[in-house]
Amino acid sequence: MSTRTDKIDALSEQAARGDDAGVSLAAAAWRRLRRNPVFLVGSTIVLLFVVLAILSPFLAPHDPAVPMLGDQVVRARNQIPPVQEGHPLGGDQVGRDLLSRVLIGSQQTLLVGVLATLIGLAGGLVLGTLAGAMGGWVDTVVMRAVDVMLSIPGLLLAVSIGALFARPNQYTVILAVAVVQIPVFARLLRGSMLAQRHSDHVLAARALGVRQRSIVFRHMLPNSLGPVIVQATLVLAIAIIEAAALSFLGLGNPDDRLPEWGQMLGQAQNVIDSHPQLAFWPAGCIIVVALGFTLMGESLREALDPKSRR
Amino acid sequence: MALLEVRDLSVVFQRRGERPFTAVDGVSFDVEPGQTVGLVGESGCGKSVTSLAIMGLLAKRGVKISGSAKFDGTELLSLSDRQMRDRRGRDLGMVFQDPLSSLNPVVSIGLQVTEVLERHRDMSRKQASVEAAELLEKVGIPDPKRRLSEYPHQLSGGMRQRALIAIALACRPRLLIADEPTTALDVTIQAQILALLADLVRDTETALIMITHDLGVVAGLCDEVNVLYAGRVVERAGRHDLFRVPRHPYTHGLLASIPRLDAPRGERLSPIKGSVSDNIPWTTGCAFAPRCPNALDTCVQVTPAMEPDPVVAGPRLLRCHNPVEPATAAEQEIMS
Ligand SMILES: Nc1ncnc2c1ncn2[C@@H]1O[C@H](COP(=O)(O)OP(=O)(O)O)[C@@H](O)[C@H]1O
Ligand code: SF4
Ligand SMILES: [Mg+2]
Repeated sequence: MSTRTDKIDALSEQAARGDDAGVSLAAAAWRRLRRNPVFLVGSTIVLLFVVLAILSPFLAPHDPAVPMLGDQVVRARNQIPPVQEGHPLGGDQVGRDLLSRVLIGSQQTLLVGVLATLIGLAGGLVLGTLAGAMGGWVDTVVMRAVDVMLSIPGLLLAVSIGALFARPNQYTVILAVAVVQIPVFARLLRGSMLAQRHSDHVLAARALGVRQRSIVFRHMLPNSLGPVIVQATLVLAIAIIEAAALSFLGLGNPDDRLPEWGQMLGQAQNVIDSHPQLAFWPAGCIIVVALGFTLMGESLREALDPKSRR
Repeated sequence: MALLEVRDLSVVFQRRGERPFTAVDGVSFDVEPGQTVGLVGESGCGKSVTSLAIMGLLAKRGVKISGSAKFDGTELLSLSDRQMRDRRGRDLGMVFQDPLSSLNPVVSIGLQVTEVLERHRDMSRKQASVEAAELLEKVGIPDPKRRLSEYPHQLSGGMRQRALIAIALACRPRLLIADEPTTALDVTIQAQILALLADLVRDTETALIMITHDLGVVAGLCDEVNVLYAGRVVERAGRHDLFRVPRHPYTHGLLASIPRLDAPRGERLSPIKGSVSDNIPWTTGCAFAPRCPNALDTCVQVTPAMEPDPVVAGPRLLRCHNPVEPATAAEQEIMS
């Protein structure tokens, strides 16, 4: 637990240290980022992924839901349609075109990542703002709860939440993954808000009799968002991986008409010995995309960290 | 009646597990309407804490404030948070030391000015931005309309402090507290900002508390000067009296450490030896005794009281057992 919370706190401290320069700091960070190859690789991957998700309906040669090669599937003999003309990756367990499923899968995967991150972010923003702005017992109660949640390993918590739903679907998966991220965002935001609360410009605003509401929402919250945005980038990767893990553990969305990479990977586990390609393609995509988001997030984190500046 | 009456103001910081620390100890002074009063002393002597206590900006927890601070007859120290918030910015304004960190880096200058106007003067967004441009113009910021849409990092240090002065004076407070407003600025800019402040408070008849560690700043600006040492006022006098005949050895030392244009070349400045140490108990003697060239045996046994100067005529108060003789003070001035 301590390393995890330490990491979160270290990130939120950056907001405090970088505070004075503000906009100019962001500009300087961007200048550094533009020349950082790690960031360029990461953001290129992310960009390609997003473009793929948008264009996949036009790129996919077949309908991902139709088992057009169904006659080649023989369950008893573990036969799955091989690579053939018109189907460069072959078919899946029920005879649907694998290439189309991998391509269209990017859409649902992006959706899972983005929705889970947004829900986690929203929850974290509410809790973190409450704790950071009000202080006192509200802060104590919120942070106790957050620390308890942080002390449970993320995947274990996601599995427990996922298992609460009798009939899992896409949205229970997203929810389970999102809830795990709420305490991370909350702790991060609260840390930067506390630093803001003792900053000179908040003191100056208070000296002007500015209302509490605008102190919090105009003078503290926007200045605290930097590390939260960095974390959101990293969480996009985590969410996609954890959604896959849930599927692998049988807690995924059973409705596979619209494919999602994590779900495809989960379903491939029965045939992974005889037909590793069914696992290889979705797993490869997940790894590359998660790497993209992580490279982007880490280089953002580094660019915003005054300590790492040269 | 004075506009601000501070009586016996004390601030004690009490952190759990730490010894209580008295940062301000029985400070009293008055500010008349339109008057400029100086609070002078080395860094750490309690100037900022005094002003924050008056403004109601100290933390609630771990801080004990006692005494009284009456503004226009109203006891500020017993106002509720809400009442105090309504007065801050409208009746009492404040300008801080570091103009860069005192402005919100991610909010435009314009919004930071209009925010206060909307809050205290019930202006619409539109009225406020017209007024904001006028305010910036008044503090000598060129091309104010364009500046309104800019962010703090796009302004120079001097311009930022001008903007902050404009914000502090936006609602025409009757009292402005300026806490070392020029310390963070280039020397060439310092004089401009001081001149601006002097002009503004004269034109708008705003009373000003000028906080500084620099007697040179006080010299050109203040009607009356309070010299602080380790949380207490040790000497109070009119500006001319204080500079002509400094009576407290600490004031004397401060004056001797200012570089003077008319000093003979090669003459060494004589800074006061030692530094303010925060564990000197005022309760059993004079806190300045370890650094004082005039110290007597009584100085470490009996705490000197704030009393009218027995020797030099005039409305001067003094906290010292063995003040600097007026003759030597005058002589030194002639000699130097
Ligand atoms: N929040 C605080 N908690 C504890 N001590 C404080 C606090 N703020 C100021 N002090 C102490 O009070 C003394 C006076 O500080 P201050 O008023 O800021 O000095 P200055 O005259 O330089 O403005 C200093 O010794 C400082 O360390
Ligand atoms: S009371 Fe004594 S030690 Fe203190 S300033 Fe006066 S002469 Fe010096
Ligand atoms: Mg100070």
